Amino acid sequence: MHTYTKDRLTFWERFQERYFSQSKVGKIFIYVVLTLWSMTTIFPLAWVFLNSFKDSREIITDTFKMPTDPTMQNYVNAFETVNIGKSYMNSFIISGSVVLLVLFIGGLAAFAMARMQFKLRGLLQALLIASLLIPAFATIVPVYRMMIQMDLVNTYLALIIPHTAGNLPFAILVISGYMATIPKELEEASVMDGCGRFKMFTRIFLPISLPSFATVGIFVFLWSYNDLFSSLVLVSHEKVAPIVVLLSNVSSQYGTDYGLMTAAIAMTVIPVLIFYLVVQKTFEKGATSGAVKG
Amino acid sequence: MKGDKLYVFLFLTPAFIITGIFLYYPFVENILQSFYKTDGFFNSTFIGLDNYVRLWNDEIAREALFNSLELMLYVTIFQVGIALILAIMVNAITKGTGFYRTTFFFPIVISGAAIGLLFTLIYNYRNGLLNEILVNLGLERVLWLTEQSSLYMVAIPTIWNYVGFYFVILLTAIQKIPDDFYEAAALEGITGVQKMFKLTIPLIVSDLKTCIVLAITGTLKIFELVYIITRGGPGSSSEVLGTYMYQKAFEDTAMGYGATIAVLIVVLGLTLAFITNKLLQKEEVTY
Repeated sequence: MHTYTKDRLTFWERFQERYFSQSKVGKIFIYVVLTLWSMTTIFPLAWVFLNSFKDSREIITDTFKMPTDPTMQNYVNAFETVNIGKSYMNSFIISGSVVLLVLFIGGLAAFAMARMQFKLRGLLQALLIASLLIPAFATIVPVYRMMIQMDLVNTYLALIIPHTAGNLPFAILVISGYMATIPKELEEASVMDGCGRFKMFTRIFLPISLPSFATVGIFVFLWSYNDLFSSLVLVSHEKVAPIVVLLSNVSSQYGTDYGLMTAAIAMTVIPVLIFYLVVQKTFEKGATSGAVKG
Repeated sequence: MKGDKLYVFLFLTPAFIITGIFLYYPFVENILQSFYKTDGFFNSTFIGLDNYVRLWNDEIAREALFNSLELMLYVTIFQVGIALILAIMVNAITKGTGFYRTTFFFPIVISGAAIGLLFTLIYNYRNGLLNEILVNLGLERVLWLTEQSSLYMVAIPTIWNYVGFYFVILLTAIQKIPDDFYEAAALEGITGVQKMFKLTIPLIVSDLKTCIVLAITGTLKIFELVYIITRGGPGSSSEVLGTYMYQKAFEDTAMGYGATIAVLIVVLGLTLAFITNKLLQKEEVTY
């Protein structure tokens, strides 16, 4: 058996086996490849971050050197000329509201979908799964018209409402999937204690399902915070524009002000990176379970 | 439970009112709009299938469609391919896995807009990262965004952006394989690279399939990177369906035609997801 399988190895496989997976050289090779790829993710951001402390001329002349005379001027410009602070606020107001609304409305609906029996359940479940396939492109034209009719374009609500609607199916599916695994005994015990359905939700199912709420919250926040397409259409006015719209404007209007561009990128990326490092575990777990089950 | 009917109604109504009005209704309305010539407000005439005829004859739309499909090919092969290689490698080592997981994964949380801006700086002719490296090596500057290259230049950040996502899915799948499988394989004398092709990959086939479907449908949603890095240009050499839809509906105010392109995107997404699912159908492995 042993020799038989060995014979079937191609030259390349034998070569790899010898030099790649069995030996020390192989281990080193693996580390080199992995480190190279991690460089591709770290290096560009480090480059941007370093350059954001130089003036535009120094960015051109000494792009790879440490800043000789570190300056905060680019960041000051970002606040003064393009008002990045305001965009930050807008982003957090919009995406924060979306997260709260999705978790509250979606949590209630998920509870009903997971723990209650009713006729239309199967149909609604199918509808929710199908709606995961609707891209923003396919609803934006009518949504834009509705927002104009309701006179909401360029207000926070113009983006909050469609983002909430778009993320609810995902939230309901993930949270109800989690709630469905909670033992029936808990439900019965709470009935014995005289809990109504609403109390049962707030006292028992909500606290137990918090990990799924956290996962959904993180995802919904990032999707909403990062969505440029709907933002360009619905909230492009300076007063309400989120940070991604500002980035898009910077690229078209200040395309030669390298200092400003690097500072704007750094300011968009850094809070998200910190957020990511804090919630990393939850986020990665959610990414895999959500994708593999869906 | 008794009296549940009321609660079912109370708990579900808010969610289905919002999705009904702002997700399902617009989706249907969008299909209807595709039969109208409309700027969205004052002028609206029913024109039957004219928008679809126009789409069929529209050379830019055709180019955008082919660009989207080409992009889909590169993105699927390289995203899932690189992710698979990285996942197998990370699974083979013991030290530093946490570091690699973190660094591979984090581009996902960065917005497409920021990555787009980052890559415009990297590709920049005057003092972009690439040209500065070339100059430091004593070489000539290169014009990175040309009609021939622009699509590749958009594909690279797209791939880079999402490799980590598939990496984590595949790594989790690989780590779920029970150790007895490897022990049994070792008894049979199967090791190293052979183990990878005969054991690891067949056992994670269903996760690979998920990744491929996600990569394919994901490519149809590409907008930010193209919009910021090239605006579909030079010419329409890097135009994709998403950016072309935006341009028609909101820059040229041809809303009915934009709606038609959106219908094409949905139909294409559904068809491709269906086909890949069929093609890659294999018996699922359960442990």
